[in-house]
Amino acid sequence: MADASAKQVLFEPIFSNNPIALQILGICSALAVTTSMNVTLVMCAAVIAVTAFSNLAVSLVRTQIPGSIRIIVQMTIIASLVIVVDQVLKAYAYEISKQLSVFVGLIITNCIVMGRAEGFAMKNGPYLSFLDGIGNGLGYSVLLIFVAFFRELLGAGSLFGVSLMPVVNEGGWYVPNGLLLLPPSAFFIIGLAIWGLRTWKPEQIEEPDYKMSRHTTKEAF
Amino acid sequence: MEHYISLILKAIFVENMALAFFLGMCTFLAISKKIEAALGLGIAVVVVLTITVPVNNLLYNGILREGALDWAGLSNVDLSFLGLITYIGIIAAIVQIMEMVLDKYIPALYSALGVFLPLITVNCAILGASLFMVERDYNFGESVVYGFGAGVGWALAIVALAGIREKLKYSDVPEGLRGLGITFITVGLMSLGFMSFSGISL
Repeated sequence: MADASAKQVLFEPIFSNNPIALQILGICSALAVTTSMNVTLVMCAAVIAVTAFSNLAVSLVRTQIPGSIRIIVQMTIIASLVIVVDQVLKAYAYEISKQLSVFVGLIITNCIVMGRAEGFAMKNGPYLSFLDGIGNGLGYSVLLIFVAFFRELLGAGSLFGVSLMPVVNEGGWYVPNGLLLLPPSAFFIIGLAIWGLRTWKPEQIEEPDYKMSRHTTKEAF
Repeated sequence: MEHYISLILKAIFVENMALAFFLGMCTFLAISKKIEAALGLGIAVVVVLTITVPVNNLLYNGILREGALDWAGLSNVDLSFLGLITYIGIIAAIVQIMEMVLDKYIPALYSALGVFLPLITVNCAILGASLFMVERDYNFGESVVYGFGAGVGWALAIVALAGIREKLKYSDVPEGLRGLGITFITVGLMSLGFMSFSGISL
């Protein structure tokens, strides 16, 4: 039983309870960093690490924190972890950390981290919380990589910076779609991804605020 | 003066926090179902940004920056790695203080803002503006103007989105797109509209 629930905790957030598509968490940084695969992968790794370890740390101290100051304790834990990640990136991947600019720092206010710490780690043991952090990080990553794949492939004709479809400017045949490198395209791709996901898993469809009433009179043709 | 006017216009339209940098998206999508709520949150964001960005600017230039501690004889101490934790601490503290001050002196505004004030602490637009301020090396005057402009831009975007969503709920949206999906696409279209501002040279 323990095995099954651990598996559930790890894999549920990826499709069934995706943090971005369903819980509306962590969208802020999701969109800005998806213009190329390299940058996206680094960002995903950073988010997974921070979510997992902050969940672990919060869960370890959860019985010691008085309820009234728990938010600030969580903030401190998360901010310290993000500083570590930021410094590591600056040391080992300076170019990419320049491209990510402020978005590494913004992991602090990424609602996924805070939301999972508050919603899951405060109530569960360290082991499950750690897995939950990894699971939610992965759910975030799956959507991000999906978006980045389309943006880089169609927007620049390349993946991971390797040119797959030679662009017209460099003598190739592919006319890149510049819109996909601009901010609005990220919204469209996520919107369509949510549409796809909900068609696949219809139980995620939201109830409409108003229902159209059916035609009750015969049309007067 | 001209420099400040162009900075504020740039912060509101060209570099709109929500539509060009995707900051504050979570609250942007969650609290944009009603215009009144969106307006309240928008005002709160403007106020908090106008205060926190300059305060963080003073802290950065006075303490954290490399060589800023010269007066204490610590000329080669670089504390800028403590930036993130300092900014978020300052933001949380200022939001808390604002809550108490408003509760005491302007109770009407306090009850109007209600739950939105504490929510602002975790709004990425607030921290994002402070980080941009550090990255672009604004001085004190510029940081006041930038904080205000960024807040107004964000408020404008959320009120506009709330206006669209109030009408949108009467329309017949395909099942899978209902709710979050259609909101994303709407924001995408708004963002396209705001892109056209980037052609303006200031």
